[in-house]
Amino acid sequence: MIPAQFDYVRPDSLAEACAELGSDEDAKVLAGGQSLMPLLRLRLAYPSKLIDIGRLDALKGVHDRGDHLFIGALATHDEVMRSPLVTAACPLLALAAGHVADPATRHLGTFGGSLAHADPAADLPAAVLALDGVLVAASAQGEREIPAARFFVDYLETSLRQGEILSGVKIPKLGPGWGFHYEKFVRTAQAWAVVGVAVAVKRSNGSIAEARIGLTNMGATPLRAHAAEAALRGVELGDQVRQACEEAAAGSSPPADLHAQPDYRRHLARVLTHRAVRAAAGSP
Amino acid sequence: MPRITVTVDGIKYEEDVEPRLLLVHLLRERLGKTGTPIGCDTSNCGACTVMLDGKSAKSCSVLAVQADGRDVVTIEGLGANGDLHPMQRAFHEEHALQCGYCTPGMVMAAIDLLRDDPDPSEETIRHGLEGNLCRCTGYCNIVRAVRRGAQEMGQAVNTP
Repeated sequence: MIPAQFDYVRPDSLAEACAELGSDEDAKVLAGGQSLMPLLRLRLAYPSKLIDIGRLDALKGVHDRGDHLFIGALATHDEVMRSPLVTAACPLLALAAGHVADPATRHLGTFGGSLAHADPAADLPAAVLALDGVLVAASAQGEREIPAARFFVDYLETSLRQGEILSGVKIPKLGPGWGFHYEKFVRTAQAWAVVGVAVAVKRSNGSIAEARIGLTNMGATPLRAHAAEAALRGVELGDQVRQACEEAAAGSSPPADLHAQPDYRRHLARVLTHRAVRAAAGSP
Repeated sequence: MPRITVTVDGIKYEEDVEPRLLLVHLLRERLGKTGTPIGCDTSNCGACTVMLDGKSAKSCSVLAVQADGRDVVTIEGLGANGDLHPMQRAFHEEHALQCGYCTPGMVMAAIDLLRDDPDPSEETIRHGLEGNLCRCTGYCNIVRAVRRGAQEMGQAVNTP
């Protein structure tokens, strides 16, 4: 289908883009467009105007900033997947980015776009949440930092205010001893996750010193599996890990749809968390 | 109406476009490049895959204005001097099509995946083509064709 009519602007600076966005509450930001374009084509969205930020160099690239990486909002999934900086400091993001859609979509779709779109079935939000990422929002008033735990508010809804544009994400470096894994359950290639689990595990003397677990598509927003994280703390690698992972779905309200009912999603969360924790811990 | 400049299959075009015009509609309806088909409304099928600045892109999921100043290669721009591109020839030789609707996108995605791995395994090919659907489900011959195309492209590179 052909999208409904909209105006189009391509500002030369982030400040100009923020001003455009602030002056029209029905305007939408266009980055790679890989989430937006299907919505426009199916006429599920009717923006008055698209503000194309896709060529703003200030939002591009992955940058090493000492104790954290700064991933520009316009870094594509393909770039994140291949970035040596990401692979060295927070490989979980490269693993999750490699699961997004398909190669052609990853060439254009952006890291920031996926987070700002805030689909709970998307792969990156859970990974950023598990890594305690901090999202940077730019506006005419300057910059504001939003921890991932407060960024995702509801289904397709973030705490970005009108006139704010996500400029990038700070990902703290975790240092040595951590392992990572992203486990995704899908029915077909390139499908949305029925459930996904993003895990970072710190090993110490054959035990789990700390685990951080982000869940994809287990509620209206990406979630942290706090109960499982607590249960895994100090657990020896082995049978007890499975028992701790039984807590993975605690407190979640997963959706019901054509692909799965809530009880099945809870089951998947437990099984996939176990697999992901074992893989992240390098435990057979 | 924004004016864009876009190079398609080696020829530079200047076009006034409505912002909502999709790249695939520009290709098909303005420039007559009907070799690039539209196979779905959901970005799933990959039939409309083209190269945008040398990387695969689904042309139904890109606005024409986003292609301003960029280089597009469609299935029609692959062959030279009336000869098929080695990947096109491999699809022909291996009978990697039934109805043929997905073929242009499959060929573009196949060439794209060789940028990463010029001699891909069957598994690499299947992953590399995950954004392209063959609704006749003729995947076995498609995978064979990509292997053959890769070998022929490799030989072409290695032959002085």
